[in-house]
Amino acid sequence: MPGKLTIRVDQDKCQGHARCKSLAPELFELDEFGNAHEIGDGAVPAGLEDKAWLARSNCPEIAIEITEQ
Amino acid sequence: MSDPVSTMPGHPPVTDWLHDFDHTDPRWTENPFPIWDELRAQSPVVHTERFLGCYLPTTYQAVKEIAYDTEHFSSRRVLVRDERPEVKRNAAPPITSDPPEHKPAKQLLLPPFTPDAMKKLEPRVRAICNELIDGFLADGKCDAAAQYTKYIPVRAIAHMLGIPEADSDRFITWIHQILELGIKDESILIQAVQEMTAYFADHIERRKQHPTDDLISTLMNARDKDGQPLEDAHVLGSLRLLLVAGIDTTWSAIGASLWHLARTPSDRARLIAEPGLMPVAIEEFLRAYSPVTMAREVIGETTVSGCPVKPGNMVLLSFPAANRDPAVFPDADKVVIDRKENRHVAFGLGIHRCVGSNLARMEMTVAIEEWLKRIPDFRLDPAGKVKWSEGTVRGPRYLPFLFGDEN
Repeated sequence: MPGKLTIRVDQDKCQGHARCKSLAPELFELDEFGNAHEIGDGAVPAGLEDKAWLARSNCPEIAIEITEQ
Repeated sequence: MSDPVSTMPGHPPVTDWLHDFDHTDPRWTENPFPIWDELRAQSPVVHTERFLGCYLPTTYQAVKEIAYDTEHFSSRRVLVRDERPEVKRNAAPPITSDPPEHKPAKQLLLPPFTPDAMKKLEPRVRAICNELIDGFLADGKCDAAAQYTKYIPVRAIAHMLGIPEADSDRFITWIHQILELGIKDESILIQAVQEMTAYFADHIERRKQHPTDDLISTLMNARDKDGQPLEDAHVLGSLRLLLVAGIDTTWSAIGASLWHLARTPSDRARLIAEPGLMPVAIEEFLRAYSPVTMAREVIGETTVSGCPVKPGNMVLLSFPAANRDPAVFPDADKVVIDRKENRHVAFGLGIHRCVGSNLARMEMTVAIEEWLKRIPDFRLDPAGKVKWSEGTVRGPRYLPFLFGDEN
């Protein structure tokens, strides 16, 4: 069984490309400046793991961290 | 009015790309990709004595290092040109701003360009696309660059700014003068900037009497961190930026995407059958045909990917070349419309990420969706030859299509 994933957007790195929001709207939200944040505590619901990895691998600023428990 | 595909006065033709590159050479304009591949194989950074000295990073890594290094690379000049006149304050903030002035100037512009804000503009853009298609559909053919892609971004940004969409041709002429002719003729650039400034100054004055709820008023009503209104010069500079930055660029991106689809019936069929693929395909078009090359000025001695760079030189910051780097993108030369991993840098990297990226994406998506709905089959007209713009923003400026199946 794969472990549970947690995502976090590094606010020093995010520049608001919004690629994560487009690929995984269930996991990311944008603030008034268009910068991305993980929704809630960043816990990735079961079934959305692939979307989390996809968002990470499309972030040009490498701003998305994923931890696996 | 000037011809939007007129060419610039000549530089000597390039014979040694490695030591004497020139982004205005006709070979670069026609097909820059083999040039970048050749240079990338030789060095991550190359130099030319043209343009009073200029570097070109050829790899994704080198482009990234420069984009992130605002200490050694200034954005005060954003075009690589023959001349390097004195830098003016408030030229076009925030694109011409460095830290610490950059962040407050950028934050003023971000809220009007979020994806949610773009959703509100989307119906207007869909209507513009359909009005344009109505104008040529019955002809069975068109010049998609002059009759379609050209007018979508200009009318959308005019709508946002609150200036007449009917002035579109005037805006396009100014932009051609600034971004293309201005590379080699300073006087043409100055005149275009003066005309644009006078145009916006007039709109600002009118809003002082009769406030509106458009983007010009938003900027006029903005306050800095001390609660003071922006200087008129700052407002005018940002308005010039919004007009210049959002038109040629997306015109080019939509045109290059349609150019690809005209030559690739299988991708057309797939996008029609799988509309959910469109967002991923748009990112791939942005990677493969990134229209925008930016510039920096070296202001401190440093190294980039091990190569020494010296102050006094410009940098041609080629996001398009980075996006074709095979070290980062497998099959970099192929357009793979379902490419899964795509960290392309078409909108730049770091603090200067394009403020209009969400607008550009929405315009590209809507323009291609509406086109495919009404013209699912089309091809290049063999009677014409596609022409590409010169210089800083690359895209088709003459794009002759025939509609329907070949038979």
